[in-house]
Amino acid sequence: MAESKNIRNQRLRLIGAGLALAGGVALLTSAPPADAQSAPAAKSAADGIAEYRKMLEDGNPAELFELKGESLWKEARGPKKASLEGCDLGQGKGVVKGVFVTLPRYFADTNRVQDLESRLLTCMETLQGFNAAEIAKTDFGKGEQKTLEALVAWISAESRGMKMNLPNAHPEEQRMYELGKRAFFYRGGPYDFACATCHGAEGQRIRLQDLPDLRKNPGDGIGFAAWPAYRVSAGQLWGMQRRLNDCFRQQRFPYPGFGSDVTIALSSYMGLNAKGAESIAPAIKR
Amino acid sequence: MADPMKIRAQMSGDKATVRVLMSHEMETGQRKDASGALVPAWFIQQVTAKHNGKVVMDAQWGPAISKNPYLQFAVKGAKAGDKIAVSWVDNKGESRTDEATVS
Repeated sequence: MAESKNIRNQRLRLIGAGLALAGGVALLTSAPPADAQSAPAAKSAADGIAEYRKMLEDGNPAELFELKGESLWKEARGPKKASLEGCDLGQGKGVVKGVFVTLPRYFADTNRVQDLESRLLTCMETLQGFNAAEIAKTDFGKGEQKTLEALVAWISAESRGMKMNLPNAHPEEQRMYELGKRAFFYRGGPYDFACATCHGAEGQRIRLQDLPDLRKNPGDGIGFAAWPAYRVSAGQLWGMQRRLNDCFRQQRFPYPGFGSDVTIALSSYMGLNAKGAESIAPAIKR
Repeated sequence: MADPMKIRAQMSGDKATVRVLMSHEMETGQRKDASGALVPAWFIQQVTAKHNGKVVMDAQWGPAISKNPYLQFAVKGAKAGDKIAVSWVDNKGESRTDEATVS
């Protein structure tokens, strides 16, 4: 350590000399020691963001939502005064652990491919007597949408660290994947954008934010495997539905609506592409 | 009624590291809502921590603290099994107290 510091000091003096007498530049370019060159290497923006996330991870406020979600799952609520413990999320009634990484998937009782949020709506309607259409229309973060946020946070947390593993055997699941793929590459709106415009190539970014390539598995805890997430700037927990609705807003498309088929199709597409990626949800985002 | 806090208290060496997540809006009173009206200030004003009933920290907070705040501090001389209680009072007079056991 002390040695490299010496070399650095020396180099700084050399820079000073180089500025004073233009001839000194030759000295500078004559192969400076390797570690002196790497020591002051600039931190990339992505490193900075990663470091920031690391610092926040320990106190991720998504945990507050998890806490709430767990009690909401067990609480008897709604016109029918029932809990959600009889809800089948794909692995049998009341099974929560590990279900998140297998959604969206096909459900025989509704004859639909459903993601976590639309499935929870079904359960809230059939078990608790809520009006699903009413909740779907509610603004994000208001009324029963708050309940959904908390439930999504807890249920996704119960699959933290597991690998994304969506089923794709049912014809309906395959159809949704194909639909999702078309929606992903569909260009339109005033900017002629598609999801693929930003997320269909490697190494793209917006400002300083790296954008995952969602045509394939972008890796552990990135893209599909990183939502729901707590957004520090907004102080809100966002589920995948809210995330996708915001994607449409950013493209200047009309809102697709909560739990709509196109959002589930896109989730199927991204989710199947992300097969094998480790879920870190609920993550923390700027 | 305010949502519960999440408190973790863990021994590290001769100190207990306490990490607290609080659920609170922390409105500064400087923001405007969609209709242009000022959102009234609503924030935690006082945070107290007790170690086995004895006050070990007393903090005055203001509107500059973030939403859903995270607080970390160390308690010297704590042992496993001790109780750490954290309470807050906000500017509307609402309060919340939660307790955790040092592990």
